[in-house]
Amino acid sequence: MINPAKWRSVLGWLAAALSALLLAGVTPATAHDEHGEHKLIAKGDKCVRDDDYMRRNHMKILMHQRDETMHKGIRGSQDSLKNCIECHVNPKTNSVASSKEDFCMGCHSYAGVKLDCFECHSSKPKAVAGGMHPTVMPEQRSSEGADKQSSQSGKMPLQMQAKQASLNMGEGVK
Amino acid sequence: MSNDVDNSRRKFIAAGVAGTAGLVLAPGVTLLDMANARPAGEAASNAKRWGMLIDSTKCVTGCNDCVSACGKENGFGSTGHPETDAQWIRKIELKEVKSGKTHSLPMMCQHCAQPPCVDVCPTGASFKRADGIVLVDRHICIGCRYCMMACPYKARSFVHEEHHDQNPDVPRGKGCVEACTLCVQRIDKDLQPACVEACSAGNHGAMMFGDLNDPNSEISKRIATYATTQVRPDLALNTGVRYQGI
Repeated sequence: MINPAKWRSVLGWLAAALSALLLAGVTPATAHDEHGEHKLIAKGDKCVRDDDYMRRNHMKILMHQRDETMHKGIRGSQDSLKNCIECHVNPKTNSVASSKEDFCMGCHSYAGVKLDCFECHSSKPKAVAGGMHPTVMPEQRSSEGADKQSSQSGKMPLQMQAKQASLNMGEGVK
Repeated sequence: MSNDVDNSRRKFIAAGVAGTAGLVLAPGVTLLDMANARPAGEAASNAKRWGMLIDSTKCVTGCNDCVSACGKENGFGSTGHPETDAQWIRKIELKEVKSGKTHSLPMMCQHCAQPPCVDVCPTGASFKRADGIVLVDRHICIGCRYCMMACPYKARSFVHEEHHDQNPDVPRGKGCVEACTLCVQRIDKDLQPACVEACSAGNHGAMMFGDLNDPNSEISKRIATYATTQVRPDLALNTGVRYQGI
């Protein structure tokens, strides 16, 4: 016969598992690993490589792309710092590195790794022409939105496939 | 598959641009050189050598359009310390003492084929891109300012102050040397440098940008037709920026 104490511990485990499941469902934007909890702010569904790979190697990818751009003039790569910022910008601060809430600083401050990219690079995405809050008539906005969607529709699947195809940039890094 | 589509679309767009390339924007300024888009992912090559021709007879004394356009594009302005402000392009006035004839002209990095700044750089930060643009790689620059000493045109500046909210295309910050990049971020997008664009927009037409290696480019034709000079030709640096009328 099972004694009440054992029952209680089984119930406790079940409750813990259930609440963990619920939590995971409610806050999909956080990830747990051995280093604690980090907010993963991103506009897209998927990063340019696997999350695990990015955690360890994002600096190598950025370093490789920086030389490609600086010395060879190859721009517009999905691996560019600009592209990272576009996707990972915190909508609250419009930055990736202005506070510990932001994507880059979240990890870097936890890990105590100094980040000097943003001493020269802007930590904000490029402002749309006409300033941050353009006065746009509603009909204009809807047509602009349609344009944006159509121009991005060709781009998004590329980003998705990028992990496999990796557009020749990452191969040198891996 | 998607690459094929991209390429054919690119060719189609290029053909469209080439069709309208002969359009004259202003007297003497055409879009002819702008139909040579480099495909994305392709490195800059020495098939091109970017250069500029400045006609000092058309450059207006007191006009500062090129300087302000440069500051706007590249994100620098007054920091409140004019002695140490960055200066990528500056207007200078020349006067021949005997005749009193004056010239006004913009002076900036001359994008030498044999750049002294690259020769002296101890870290390799100062370099010349394959298409002739002389740049500073700030990732490598240690801010020693040897290149500033070596440049005969006083074209380089040291950044003394911290900067925030840079143009995402033009990163710049304290502790590095910098100079005119010919608006490399625009050239890679097949646009003209900001100063040249501003000069045409102001209807001065004193600045022309193009490929010195292409004998059919507007700039090459102009250089082949008129007497143009390099500043300090005695140094044999083969500058990419040439002047007319001085």
